[in-house]
Amino acid sequence: MINSSLKQLSSQLAAKKISSVELTQLYLSRINSLNPDLNAYVTLNAETTLVQARAADERMAQGKGGALTGIPFAQKDIFCAKGWRTTCGSKMLASFISPYDAHVISQFNNAGAVNLGKTNMDEFAMGSSNETSYFGAVKNPWNRNAVPGGSSGGTAAAVAARLCAAATGTDTGGSIRQPAALCGISGLKPTYGVVSRYGMIAFASSLDQAGPMARSAEDLALMMNVMAGYDERDSTSLQREKEDYTRKLEQPLKGLRIGLPKEFFGEGLSADVGQAVEAAIAEYKKLGATIVDISLPNSRLSIPVYYVLAPAEASSNLSRFDGVRYGHRAAEYGDLAEMYEKSRSEGFGEEVKRRIMIGTYVLSHGYYDAYYLKAQKIRRLIAQDFVEAYKHCDVIMGPTSPTTAFNLGEKGDDPVQMYLSDIYTIAVNLAGLPGMSIPCGFGSNGMPVGLQIIGNYFDEARMLNVAHQYQLATDHHIRAPQGI
Amino acid sequence: MTDAEIQAAHAQMSNIFGLIEEMQAVDTTGIEPMAHAQDLAQRLREDVVCETNQRELFQSVAPQVERGLYLVPQVIE
Repeated sequence: MINSSLKQLSSQLAAKKISSVELTQLYLSRINSLNPDLNAYVTLNAETTLVQARAADERMAQGKGGALTGIPFAQKDIFCAKGWRTTCGSKMLASFISPYDAHVISQFNNAGAVNLGKTNMDEFAMGSSNETSYFGAVKNPWNRNAVPGGSSGGTAAAVAARLCAAATGTDTGGSIRQPAALCGISGLKPTYGVVSRYGMIAFASSLDQAGPMARSAEDLALMMNVMAGYDERDSTSLQREKEDYTRKLEQPLKGLRIGLPKEFFGEGLSADVGQAVEAAIAEYKKLGATIVDISLPNSRLSIPVYYVLAPAEASSNLSRFDGVRYGHRAAEYGDLAEMYEKSRSEGFGEEVKRRIMIGTYVLSHGYYDAYYLKAQKIRRLIAQDFVEAYKHCDVIMGPTSPTTAFNLGEKGDDPVQMYLSDIYTIAVNLAGLPGMSIPCGFGSNGMPVGLQIIGNYFDEARMLNVAHQYQLATDHHIRAPQGI
Repeated sequence: MTDAEIQAAHAQMSNIFGLIEEMQAVDTTGIEPMAHAQDLAQRLREDVVCETNQRELFQSVAPQVERGLYLVPQVIE
């Protein structure tokens, strides 16, 4: 049952071979036994979860079930969920009970899905290893000494360890794709504006995008049908026709043009990851695809640009945490300024403080043009590289991450080393393009390798087709960690 | 931040700004800054009431409130 696809679970539920309550209890008991070690979930609320499962069973009994009704999902703890503690991995929100639902949460609720709990994450989604969480690091189910990636590390570990049927993530610079790669699962970051950001705690608003994380591309497509869509409460939500993300899954790949950017296969890419990715490309050739050599000459600048723009936006977004309306307030303080200072210095962790300082600096008078404006100009050059590339290919492929999962604590002291682990993912956020990662084999240490698939704007259905056809021909995505 | 934290942060910041400096080598003459992935303008809507008042619910998560107001240390003598 724990290895069933969403489609299989849905038909088992519809055929009454299992109830939503039974399925939910199965996952809750797995969480009870495995989560104390993995630390993938930060908040569970079995009573609320089972109320949803019972409601789903009733709904299905009335014949009103949909594709996700009764299926237990996990939600990244960045999404506000009414009545649920919503922490964003921070002490600042360690006791915040959300009074409202994020759009993504209400979409799952309306679909009759069951919320198993909130998954661990890097504090305010700032990190690539899940080690900046106030609630402690998450362990990678494939090797408990390794990181799961980040920031959606709890979600990735929960999906890999079969502690949920599938789950949500968010991606500002790679936070869906990199943990998906490191934990051997599939994840999709949609085109910017496709999934509403309402109720998703903001990090860098011009880059943040929510997406599904699951074991297969087919599961991702079914989740996209629920998550995507216009929401007037998010001013950047795009008004588009509703689409069925499963509609292209079965199309053959003959004639598909795959662009391989030479910048993604150079220095810094570890040999075993490169080999696994090249084997995947060879498989695509067998499936009828042709290869086009392309170049994204400005992609090497994506990290400097990102570490100006994202902290700048974060320093503005995080100014709302002042200990007045919600969140942590220091126990003792004199005047108002001291209350702000102590509340914020106690409530935020080291990485978050670092980014607030960088952001405040690059936005300050006298430095604005040299840093912030300069970065916005190079952002356009990076986006234009993709426009040029898509004149010659349909999708772009390469590695998701330069290495397989590194060890816990390995990059702890050097933020720059940590930042470089997102070298292949960040340009996609800057351009606002959709990107995904699917498992494509294992590295020399037996840890999973992710293949990144980057699509043109709004081409998610095609990307899911490209991923699904590969998954029909290979078995990397159905492998499970030992002992799971 | 404590003094020790400031020292450690300073070294790490220098590394990060070393990375950021790579931008300065790029010629961006005539390039328009990009603020939004789709280059769209903010959407406008009619000025009508669309949310109901939920003050009590929203203030239930505040550190300190009294009679519907958020309490902070006295600012004006």
